[in-house]
Amino acid sequence: MEAISILAQAAAGDEKNVAAATSAGYAYGLAAIGPGIGIGYLVGKSVEAMARQPEAAGMVRTTMFLGIAFTEALALIGFVVFILLKFA
Amino acid sequence: MNVLALKFPEISELLVWKDLFPGFNKIAIISLLAMIIPIVVFMIAASKPAQGAPKGVRNFAESVVEFIQNGVVMQTMGRDGMGWTPFLLSLFCFIYLLNVPGIIPLFQMPATARMAAPMVLALLIWVVFNAVGFKHQGIGYLKSVLFPPGVPKALYILVTPIELISTFLVRPFSLAVRLFANMMAGHILLVTFAVLTDALIGGQLVWQKPIALLPLVMLIFLTGFEVLVAFLQAYIFTILAAVYIGGAAHPEH
Repeated sequence: MEAISILAQAAAGDEKNVAAATSAGYAYGLAAIGPGIGIGYLVGKSVEAMARQPEAAGMVRTTMFLGIAFTEALALIGFVVFILLKFA
Repeated sequence: MNVLALKFPEISELLVWKDLFPGFNKIAIISLLAMIIPIVVFMIAASKPAQGAPKGVRNFAESVVEFIQNGVVMQTMGRDGMGWTPFLLSLFCFIYLLNVPGIIPLFQMPATARMAAPMVLALLIWVVFNAVGFKHQGIGYLKSVLFPPGVPKALYILVTPIELISTFLVRPFSLAVRLFANMMAGHILLVTFAVLTDALIGGQLVWQKPIALLPLVMLIFLTGFEVLVAFLQAYIFTILAAVYIGGAAHPEH
């Protein structure tokens, strides 16, 4: 709460900026939850697969990076929304 | 924004550069170098004799080509995708050299942290994979994308709009945003810790100065991390391009 009040002072008199600055933080925080769980699960399972079958490690790694790329896109769109809310 | 007397620079100060002369700034220099360096390196490598064990520049160039062949083309398109190696190789080198100035002193700015380069590259990939689809399958390409085989007839009401949006709109958008947002996030992260270190060292209070060690260590760690990210993003962009092109050339099998 202290941080929010500091932000409120920083942009005193401009309620739209305050609302944008606070909600931008929430936007990114919320956007990071799902992809965080997703990437953790994905990499964990990949490590499991590589440990069980080291000879398939190359293929698993490529597929893992692809999966990470798709999952991570959601978090990154959240980050872009954060930037847009905050600075645009 | 001014929190606890610590001034964070405006976003435009971090990403917009003054023109050195009209229409030509730091981003343009980086893009130009990223274009020239691979051309020169590969031209020199090609001029060396092909017989015997490769060494020096040719050895380096061959290992890069082999990385693209084994790490990207073979993994996604198989042997008949080998013709795409030159395209994917130049794509990879260009994106990597746009990314890596983010951690090179004096440049300190990844050119892909501006939307222009990722957007143009993503649109290029979009045009290429659609063109490949129409070339290999004719008008049947649209059919294989919009009405994937093996789906119950009634589900097409649901599947077709999803495929339409995800293939033709979300693919180029996510390709561009992934590269752009990753590089910009890294850039802003480095700036944040650099500003924090500077503010703590240059502050009025003496007891604050040792605390500057914490963001400094973090800054060094993140610089190392950015080396990895610059490579990984170039690799992911290339491999996704290969997956899209391979998928358009050979429908579900």
